[in-house]
Amino acid sequence: MKKDIADTFAENHDGQTLYTLLVYSENIAGVLNQVTAVFTRRQVNIESLNVSASSINGIHKYTITCWSTEEQIVKITKAIEKKIDVVKADFYTDDELFIHEEGLFKISTPRLLEDPEISRCIRHHDGRMMEVNPTYTTVLLAGLTDEVTHLYSEFKRFGCLLQYTRSGRIALTRSTEDPVVKMLEGTDNG
Amino acid sequence: MSDNTKIKIGKGSGTQSPIEVPWSGIRIGEECTGAEIMMRALYQEDVKTIFGYPGGAIMPVFDALYTYTQKKEPWFDFVLVRHEQAAAHSAEGYSRVSGNVGVAIVTSGPGATNTLTGVADAMMDSTPIVVVAGQVGVKALGTDAFQEVDLVGLAQPISKWSYQIRRPEDVAWAVSRAFYIARSGRPGPVVLDFTRSAQTGKCKWEPSKVDSVRSYQPYPKLNIKAVKDAAQIINNAKKPLALVGQGVELGGAQKELREFLEKGDIPAGRTLLGLSALPSDHPLDVGMLGMHGNYAPNVKEQECDVLIAIGMRFSDRVTGRLDTYAKQAKVIHLDIDPTEIDKNVKTDVAVLADCKESLPALTNLIRKADHKEWIDSFKPLWQKETDQVIEPSIHPTEGPLLMGEVVNAVAEATNGEAVLVNDVGENQMFSARYFKYKRSRSIVTSGGAGTMGFGLPAAIGATFGAPDRTICMFSGDGGFQMSIQELGTIMERQAPVKMIILNNNYLGNVRQWQDLMFNHRRSFTRMLNPRYEDIARGYNIPYDVATERKDLAAKIDKMLKTDGPFLLEVAVKEDENIQPMTPPGKSVDEMMLHLDI
Repeated sequence: MKKDIADTFAENHDGQTLYTLLVYSENIAGVLNQVTAVFTRRQVNIESLNVSASSINGIHKYTITCWSTEEQIVKITKAIEKKIDVVKADFYTDDELFIHEEGLFKISTPRLLEDPEISRCIRHHDGRMMEVNPTYTTVLLAGLTDEVTHLYSEFKRFGCLLQYTRSGRIALTRSTEDPVVKMLEGTDNG
Repeated sequence: MSDNTKIKIGKGSGTQSPIEVPWSGIRIGEECTGAEIMMRALYQEDVKTIFGYPGGAIMPVFDALYTYTQKKEPWFDFVLVRHEQAAAHSAEGYSRVSGNVGVAIVTSGPGATNTLTGVADAMMDSTPIVVVAGQVGVKALGTDAFQEVDLVGLAQPISKWSYQIRRPEDVAWAVSRAFYIARSGRPGPVVLDFTRSAQTGKCKWEPSKVDSVRSYQPYPKLNIKAVKDAAQIINNAKKPLALVGQGVELGGAQKELREFLEKGDIPAGRTLLGLSALPSDHPLDVGMLGMHGNYAPNVKEQECDVLIAIGMRFSDRVTGRLDTYAKQAKVIHLDIDPTEIDKNVKTDVAVLADCKESLPALTNLIRKADHKEWIDSFKPLWQKETDQVIEPSIHPTEGPLLMGEVVNAVAEATNGEAVLVNDVGENQMFSARYFKYKRSRSIVTSGGAGTMGFGLPAAIGATFGAPDRTICMFSGDGGFQMSIQELGTIMERQAPVKMIILNNNYLGNVRQWQDLMFNHRRSFTRMLNPRYEDIARGYNIPYDVATERKDLAAKIDKMLKTDGPFLLEVAVKEDENIQPMTPPGKSVDEMMLHLDI
């Protein structure tokens, strides 16, 4: 049977925690491949992945989430940090981070007009309607993973969902400054 | 700018050292090709010997190489191997005996992929090599051009660093960075994918010297508290046992190891790769660890109260069944690589540093101890193994020749001074067990990867890396044929490899496992061999064969006294088993002296 995305998220992860890894690397081609290979080799699925330029010139930041045990995530983090062009890798639990994700939904406008519960549900979730036309309506929801997946499940229940996509997680640590900034102060890549 | 000018150059101000340009007739700032810069960069890294094989996409480099090998005082000695895989293994052998970075140059596509087994092997065994492979020009990348392969993508998971050079301006930097990464910290292989357009393109030559990389910390700072904690545990130990690995050899810490062991009166077992880190006849040596190691250290791992792992990685071949391994002991792990800590065996105290630094720090803090009673307790186990396994193996009086007695005879004839290079299989275990090691860097073996076909090319490399030493290469008939073409390299270069084929007409180790675990179903392990005498004659290599016990010593003597290479074939017992053995999935103290098969 085909798995639903919400089911996948709600899968049994007994003894596992959803960890977020923050990885900083040099902007060199092929580093992403090396980072993801660490997960592949240990048979750990990446739940979400976001890569973008960081606030430090020439340094890219990866935000990766995965379900894992603490023992396993320690090994994964060390193996990532061992890669020559990876500057720093750390893992966090949700309570140690400010987290943000977005879900983008395309739902059927006729169904939206037909069932007032759908718009109540959007308001309840603090969703924003980005575009409305006679055929479809685009809804944006910013929040945590389970909020986004919950709205997804609701739209599925209403039978109005046409398309869905979810962003990777982005996250900031709760410390006042980024430790990598200090670490790289006055350095240049050799 | 004049020659011999000390200058500050490079990409990053904080990352590179001033460079002396030591050779005359070449000027900094002059325009030259990327291939020419490659030669200068290799020379600057003090490369003396290069192993390789030419081909289309690396021709500009070989053209430049021609210039520098034809000079009156050549910069490089280029060794033309007969297969690119051998280039990588030869570079490994060269590196393992010399401590220098081994270098291989090959062409793109199949030439490059042929080196990958050697790259993976070097990664597993922490061997510093740099492989330079040709690549199609930048404009042809990604077009499935002739002999194009995504080498960086292929090499990344099995190398310490892989990089594609796309511009001549990057050659000097990339080479210097490659050597720095290969040799620093925990050493390993680096692959440079050298596009043809970067080889032929021109730029002004400016040398580069990378001596740090900001994202890479090769030498962890020694944590004094960890050292103190470790010392406290050792000072309270009644039954300490040290496990010595190749990290000691890589760190050049053999003297520091002896001082540590002697002050603490700590018995030491050696891993396969760490066999020559401590002389075989050292009073505190208690033998070889692992599946086919010695009985006493394996059993005693389950009895010691403190286990001190020094530059070793708790490979599955050493630990056996992990969930029962040394559970009674406190574990102290000295290593340079943070990823090794708690990877397989949970550590009580980790001392992260080069053991050249951590061992003296620890020695300073431990008390002079006396563990005579504990050390003496190894002796009955040793005696048991000697009586039941070792003596019957090395001094048999009847029946066909045995592998152990051949190795022992060579070890005695070379008085522990030779370098042992071996292939993979029974020949590897017998030779590792019964060879004698007096000097450091005396064993070259494929430990982690277990690469059949490693022995012959690695031995060729070793003759160039340690030209003053005798190189004895033991191989089985199977592994020998995996690299048999390298007899051509030996012939051409007269590389003085003393080759000993332990011929049992079987892939012996697999045959043993089939007998043990697959009810004697010998599935494709019997092997019909060629006439090695004819092959040796074809390559003009001196040859002899030993089939009788009474002739063995004389034939070994003839081999060792013959200048240059020699191929000695020894007809050994067909179904001899390598013993003792800890069967897969069993605890190390369940090691069997005799296999009931």
